[in-house]
Amino acid sequence: MSAASLAARLEAVCGAEHVITHRHALQTYASDGLLQYSVAPAVAVLPGSADELRAVVRTCFEAGVPWVARGSGTGLSGGALPVSDGVLIVVSRLRRVIEVDLSNQRVVVEPGVTNTEISQAVAPTHFYPPDPSSQIVCSIGGNVAENSGGAHCLKYGFTTNYVMGLEVVLSDGELVTFGGKHSNSPGYDLAGAFVGSEGTLGVATQITLRVVPVPESVRTLVAFFAATDEAGQAVSDIVSAGIVPAAAEMMDQLAIEAAEGATHAGYPRDAGAALVVEIDGARTECAARFNQVVELCERNRATAIRVAGDEAERQLIWKARKSAFAAMGRVASHYYVQDGVIPRTRLPEVLRRIDELGHEYGMRVANVFHAGDGNLHPLICYDGADQAARAEELAGKILDVCVEAGGSITGEHGVGFDKKGYMPRMFSEPDLDAFQRLRCAFDPGGLANPGKVMPTPRLCGEVPGPYREHPLERAGVAERF
Amino acid sequence: MVAESPTTYEAAAELLRSSAERRLRVRMRGGATKLSWGGAVADPDVELSTGGLDRIVEHNAGDLTAVLQAGLPIATAQRVFAEAGQRLSLDPPSGDGATVGGLVSSGDSGPLRHRYGAPRDLVIGVTAALGEGTVARAGGKVIKNVAGYDLAKLFSGSLGTLGAIVEVAVRLHPLPPATATLTARSDDPSSLAAAAARLAHASLELEALDVAWEEGSGTVLAGFGGATAAEQATAAGRLLFGSGTEAGVVTDDAPLWQRQRDRQRSPDGIALRISAVPSALEDVLRAADDVGGALVGRAALGLHWLTLAAADPAAAAATVARLRSSLAPAPCVVLDAPPAVREAVDVWGPIDEPTLALMRRVKRRFDPRAVCNPGCFVGGI
Repeated sequence: MSAASLAARLEAVCGAEHVITHRHALQTYASDGLLQYSVAPAVAVLPGSADELRAVVRTCFEAGVPWVARGSGTGLSGGALPVSDGVLIVVSRLRRVIEVDLSNQRVVVEPGVTNTEISQAVAPTHFYPPDPSSQIVCSIGGNVAENSGGAHCLKYGFTTNYVMGLEVVLSDGELVTFGGKHSNSPGYDLAGAFVGSEGTLGVATQITLRVVPVPESVRTLVAFFAATDEAGQAVSDIVSAGIVPAAAEMMDQLAIEAAEGATHAGYPRDAGAALVVEIDGARTECAARFNQVVELCERNRATAIRVAGDEAERQLIWKARKSAFAAMGRVASHYYVQDGVIPRTRLPEVLRRIDELGHEYGMRVANVFHAGDGNLHPLICYDGADQAARAEELAGKILDVCVEAGGSITGEHGVGFDKKGYMPRMFSEPDLDAFQRLRCAFDPGGLANPGKVMPTPRLCGEVPGPYREHPLERAGVAERF
Repeated sequence: MVAESPTTYEAAAELLRSSAERRLRVRMRGGATKLSWGGAVADPDVELSTGGLDRIVEHNAGDLTAVLQAGLPIATAQRVFAEAGQRLSLDPPSGDGATVGGLVSSGDSGPLRHRYGAPRDLVIGVTAALGEGTVARAGGKVIKNVAGYDLAKLFSGSLGTLGAIVEVAVRLHPLPPATATLTARSDDPSSLAAAAARLAHASLELEALDVAWEEGSGTVLAGFGGATAAEQATAAGRLLFGSGTEAGVVTDDAPLWQRQRDRQRSPDGIALRISAVPSALEDVLRAADDVGGALVGRAALGLHWLTLAAADPAAAAATVARLRSSLAPAPCVVLDAPPAVREAVDVWGPIDEPTLALMRRVKRRFDPRAVCNPGCFVGGI
């Protein structure tokens, strides 16, 4: 089917004003938050309801056309990168908060609702814990696709720990329901399999989330150290003392310099490391734990410790950390954000190795680190687009270091388009085959977000059992011989 | 029935593959504490015991993670973790010999689920032997990781129908230095439910929030951990002023929680798991009285275990039907039951057809020759 006739069908579903075909207008959607990649889709469509979205998917199925779902486009792995001959389904008009059910601590939303809006909908008594740095704009649909974390996930967990129910449109247009407001549904945990599947298993049209009461007390400090080793040891000592901080975030000297220049949060620019620690919970317990944290930072030779006296001071401490990525523009004209994970105890050796690699490549690497859970964000600075390939090569070497240390190639940004080539470094062929089995159960025609997650294109073979029609057969695009 | 006890993951996979080739049905066996769960099925041809896979592969105390073989008894693992001041925060009614693999594949849980979640929330990696003879791994051994599909969640609670779990990586937590429990007793389901709701919605950091109910009388139990546990429990007790409940604080509280766990099982009778919305607690308590059962549950999760004395199959089926109808749409799953009862009822209850069809497709992809525990799961999967 031509792009024009497909667009005409989509216009019949969503209205002409919500179907974009002009090549300049399509450029808006050609990249997500990872600007290195850019592909304009054949058509972009913005359905206005779950029913419209389902009809769009069904239209794609009937035409045998691949599609990619997009939330706010803040993802950092090219997970919402369009396919050039396919449809981009933008969920940003699906932004109703359908129900706030505080008596059951549940919220039911459409996928285009932003992460922050969920906490706002249940404030001031409750909140939604996963808090990616892009939370003001990122959509919950995208969070579900990526299993987003955030600074507070060490204690509170990830999106997957809060999704109770999903309504999902599969690639053949079928609507399926996983879970609901209750805790336990009989059968396979399909919601668990769907969250973090990066848009390759279908698209969520309705999401039921758990929210939790706000903690009675929150205490925040930032401690400065001469070197990352000392800050890292402080984190180890905190963990060994049996404390699970709500957040523990570390920045190295280069990251501090950039963030301080951008935010004037009062971080000493010459500090070798900054460690933000937040403790929350019952007032008495929180106070006891917080004093322990201060003591452990001092014991590890903190050069200065700033304790937030009020919410404004707390926000200022966090501002420096949350703006660290954007602030790198002050250090270099370009940077590449890496997202690797290591077992936290391997931090000193891994940071040394990253430093060595930086010297080898002649590039400065700033490190921003979710210190509690081992999620490392090296920011590779380079000048000029011609250095991009070398920066990416260095970034790849850093991932090798993470995998060798027993970690992962991605902690929160996802595999998407960017990292699919790295999957074999972490997973064997039988592992990848098992992943493909799941994908084929959901999307045998391979129409949902093709070319992502899996390192090489794979088709779904037939399984023994009664004859079942392939979607491409049903669509009249292929026939069986 | 042939019993096999492979000592390597590859041998487990080969056993599945060769059994599939011969069209045999294989049942996975851990500590055999939940062997009968699921729908009634004929005895399997082969039993794959995980008894030969019972090692702690890694305990990374500094990282609060561990890698455990499936046949490892939970109690053994917890003893090792406790020496480092840590625990796996899963406390199902395990009995002696219940294994890590059985816990994960059954998805069972105990009071700590309130704060720490179910097995699916604490398993960070899984290795499984699949029916076609391969060994596949998903996830990893770090607590934060989004590479690849989350098959650990898919396998959690799958009752061995997708493959044999041979190893899991788990997240650990520090053991609290002290614990204390606030109890609130009442004979009125409405007062008890209201007291539970007050605690569930307060800014407390509860380890657990349970309810117990039997013969028209019950208790809410709020568990606290930490250096100031008793202080927290006492402070929380003030929230219950005027609630119509009789409150107290217990510091030697382990027996209270042991009792809650034990009452999730009914070795000679029937045990059902009811998953309601939390606000339906009063209805659930009244339904328990209505069918003459005893109930324990996680008040803030709406997750309850109702135990009944053994009954003849027809009467048991009628009771299950009555509960499903009065508590609809809350799923009521029969866990423990004598074989005759298991045959007389649909232990899983109704499931939405398109969703069940998708589950069948998942089963067919992972286990195309239906060698792994066939027939016992939802919809006869």
